[in-house]
Amino acid sequence: MRSVTIIGAGPAGLTAARALAEAGLRDVLVLERNPVAGGLPRFCEHLGWGLQDLHRFWDGPRYAAELVRRAAGAEIRTDVTALALRGDGGVDISSHAGTEAIGSRIVLLTAGIREMPRGPRLVSGTRPWGVTTTGAFQEMVQAGLPPCRRPVIIGSELVAFSALLTARQAGLRPVAMLEAGPRITARRPADAAARYAFRIPVLTRTRLLEIKGAERVQSVVIERDGLRRTIACDGVIFTGRFVPEAVLARDAGLAIDPGTGGPAVDNFFRCSNPMVFAAGNVLRPVEHSGIAAREGMNAAAAILRSLRGALPAAPALPVSVAGALRYVYPQRVVPDGRPIRLFGRASRRHAGRLRLLIDGETVYERAISVLPERRMSALLRPEQLAGRGAVTFVLD
Amino acid sequence: MPNQPAAPFDVAIIGAGVVGCAVFRGLVLAGLRCVLLERDADIISGASKANSALLHTGFDAAPGTLELACVRAGQRLYEAIHERLNLPLLPVGALVVAWTDEQLAKLPAIVAQAHSNGIPDVAQLDAAAVRAREPGLASHLKGGVLVPAEAVIDSWSAPLAYALQGKLNGGEVRFGAEVTLGTLSGNVWTLDCTAAPLLRAGVVVNCAGNYGDIVEAIARPSPFAIKPRKGQFLVYDKPAYGLVSSIILPVPTERTKGVVVTRTAYGNLLVGPTAEDQDERGQAKVETAAMEALAAAGERMVPALAGVPVTTAYAGLRPATQFKDYQIEALPERRWITVSGIRSTGLTGSLGIAQHVLALYEQHFGALAPLNDPVWPTVPNLTEALPRPFMQPGRSEIVCHCEMVTRGEIVAALAGPLPAGTIGGLRRRTRCMMGRCQGFYCTRRVVELAAGHIENLVA
Repeated sequence: MRSVTIIGAGPAGLTAARALAEAGLRDVLVLERNPVAGGLPRFCEHLGWGLQDLHRFWDGPRYAAELVRRAAGAEIRTDVTALALRGDGGVDISSHAGTEAIGSRIVLLTAGIREMPRGPRLVSGTRPWGVTTTGAFQEMVQAGLPPCRRPVIIGSELVAFSALLTARQAGLRPVAMLEAGPRITARRPADAAARYAFRIPVLTRTRLLEIKGAERVQSVVIERDGLRRTIACDGVIFTGRFVPEAVLARDAGLAIDPGTGGPAVDNFFRCSNPMVFAAGNVLRPVEHSGIAAREGMNAAAAILRSLRGALPAAPALPVSVAGALRYVYPQRVVPDGRPIRLFGRASRRHAGRLRLLIDGETVYERAISVLPERRMSALLRPEQLAGRGAVTFVLD
Repeated sequence: MPNQPAAPFDVAIIGAGVVGCAVFRGLVLAGLRCVLLERDADIISGASKANSALLHTGFDAAPGTLELACVRAGQRLYEAIHERLNLPLLPVGALVVAWTDEQLAKLPAIVAQAHSNGIPDVAQLDAAAVRAREPGLASHLKGGVLVPAEAVIDSWSAPLAYALQGKLNGGEVRFGAEVTLGTLSGNVWTLDCTAAPLLRAGVVVNCAGNYGDIVEAIARPSPFAIKPRKGQFLVYDKPAYGLVSSIILPVPTERTKGVVVTRTAYGNLLVGPTAEDQDERGQAKVETAAMEALAAAGERMVPALAGVPVTTAYAGLRPATQFKDYQIEALPERRWITVSGIRSTGLTGSLGIAQHVLALYEQHFGALAPLNDPVWPTVPNLTEALPRPFMQPGRSEIVCHCEMVTRGEIVAALAGPLPAGTIGGLRRRTRCMMGRCQGFYCTRRVVELAAGHIENLVA
C-alpha cells in the first residue's frame, strides 16, 4: 500500500508531491487524467507564473514544466482518471490497463477548478456552436483552432481580461465585454487597458439576455439601463464564476461547503473523512497558482504529521460566515497551539466591519470597504480558542 | 438527368427522426429498396433530438387510439430487439405521484385506465409505500400509482441503430436532402430534393416531424396543421442520479403530462418538460424564466435537488397537431403514406409505427418479401447500464472527462456507415462535451479530432 495518492497534477498537487518526496516518502503517486501533467497553466501563454512559489517570472507552459520537473521524486502517472475515492484512502482508477483500485493510506485531492459554462447560468436562447469558456477558448486558440473571431466576453474577473488578451494576440476581435455589476470585478487598470489599448467596449450594468443563431452564434441580446439591444457576434465566451472540480468529493459523500462549492476542510486540509485531504483551487473559487502551490506545500506537511499519527483530531470547532461574506475556509478548526488563518471572500460591495466572533464574542475587528469577490483573511490565535465552541467570520 | 437511377426506389422516407429511422429499418428488413431523405446533415436533428428518453407502457394513453396501439407494440418490439442492437433498457418503473388531495382523488381512474389499456400490474400505493420506495421525494406527497414496466432508454442510440440496420441491409440514406416538390406520374413519384439529383420512388412515406404538414402538401392539401409544442428540460449533475430511483410522473392535467423527474441512461437526473406552443419549427430556445420554474418544480418534488448543480438545459419541439391522436394513413391513389402528428411518444411508438406502416404498405402497395438473414449491427453503448469503453483494458485516451468518453469512441463516431454529420450528432453519438464542464476541458481535443470531418467548427 502506498502512503499517499495525489489526484491532479497541477500547481497544488505537484508542489505537494515535491514536498512529500523531499521529506523522504518514496512511494507518492500523482494521478493526472490528461496526457501531460502541469494543470491549467499549460494553456496560459502570458507571463506572470511562478512569482510567489518559485520566485520566477515565467509563462504558463514553462511554469507547468518546472513544477513537473521538481516533482520528479514522486511517480506521476498521466492519462489516468480517478473514478471514485474509497473511504480508506484508496482510489478507483481507469487507465490503459482498465479499471483498478489503488491502495493508499491518504489521498490528497488537488483536482483544481473550472469556469461555469453556459448550462448552469440558465441563459436564454438557442444552443449554437461558438459558446465556450475562457479555458476552452484559450486551448483552441493555442492549437490554432479558434471557434470564433468576434466573440462577446461575459464577465469581468481577471480571467475575462486573459480571454481578451488571448483573443487580441491571435488577431481575433472581441466585440464587447459585458459585466452585470456597476463596475468590473478585476482591478481597475484592466478596464482602461481593454478600452484604450484594445478598443474593446467594456459595458458594465449590462446583462446578457439571449443567445441567437442556428448552427453558429449570430448575435446576443443585451440589456443596459432598461434598454435592449442586439449585438452581432460569432461567439460567446463565458468567463470566471469558477467552480471547484469537486465531484469526486461529492460522490464520496464528503461534506461539501455550499459557499465554496468545494469540500469542507479543517486547518490541516482534512476533509470530513480524515483519510482524504484537499488543497488548491478545488477548495474554493479560483486563487492564483502561487496560493494553490503554497496550500499544496502546507497540506503535504499536514499529511506527513498525519502519517506519523501526530495530527490532532479534536476538538474541531465549526467556522461559519455571516453578513456580506460568501464563504470562509477552513470550515472547521482544530486548535494545535499555532495561529490559524481564515480566508473569506466578499459576496457584494460593502463598507463596514470585518469581525471574528468566538461563541458570539468579538475577538477581532477592523473597518473595511470591499468590492464584490475581494478576498480577506483574519488570524485566530491559539489562546482565543482555548476551551471555546464556534467561530464566526462576519462582514457587517 | 444523367445521375438518375434506372430503377426507382420502392419507397422514399422523408425525415430521419426516430420515426423515419424506424420506418426505414422496417421497410428495408421487409425486403423493399428504400431511401431515407433528411434535410439536415445528420439523423435526429429535429424533434427527436430532445425528449425525455422514456420507454412508455401506454398506461395513460387514450383508449382506442392508434397512439396506444403503436406505443404498446413499440414497447414490446423494443424489449425484443434491444439486446441484439446493444441498446439499453433500464426498467426503473414509474410512480405517478399525487401531491394534493385533488390529485389523490384522480389516482383510481389512472389505475382503471391502465388496466383497460392492457397493463394489469399497475397499482395504487399509499403515501407510506411511496415514501418507502422514494425517500428522496418531499414528504407532503399523498400517494401514488406504480407502473412497473415504464423504463429509461437512450433516445440517441436507438434511432442510430435503426438507421444503421436499414443502411447495412441495403437502404440508402441521404443528408442535406430537403424534399421541396414531388410529382406522381403513373406509379412513380419524382421528388425534387435540394442539393441532390431528382429521385424516383414508388411510394413516399412522410415522416417529416415538425415539417409534416408542409411535406404533406406535396401529396394533398394537408388535413392537419403542425403546431410545434416546445418542451424545456433541466439536466442535473450526476450526484443527483440517486435522489430518485423511479420515473416520477405528476398527475396529468387536460393539457399536459406535466413535469417529470427521471434518471437518464447517462447517469444524470432530468427535470422537465415544459409545454409551450410556438410557431417556429426549426429552433427551440431555452428560457431563463422557464428554467428557473423547472428548477423550483424539481426542488418542490425532490428537495435535495437544491444542492446539486445544473449541468445544462435543452429544449425540444414536438410535432403536435389539432388532433390528439397520431395522423397515420395510406393514400393509395397518391401512393403516399402519412406518418405525422407523433406528439410525444415517438421514441416508444416508433417501432410500432413502423410495423403499422408495413401493414399499410402490404395492404395497399404490394406484397413484402422480408430479408431472410438480415445484418444485425450493434451500436456503441453510451449508458451506465452496460460496460463502457473507458472501463476496458487497452482503452484509448479519455478525451471527455466528465462523461468519460475515449478518443476511440469519438474517432469511431466520425467514421463508419453513418458518421456524425454535425457537432450535435457527434455529441449524441458519444456524450462528449455533454457533462458538467460543457466542454471546458475537452472542446479543443474534440475539435482536433473532428475538424476534418465536420464543417465550420473553426472560425
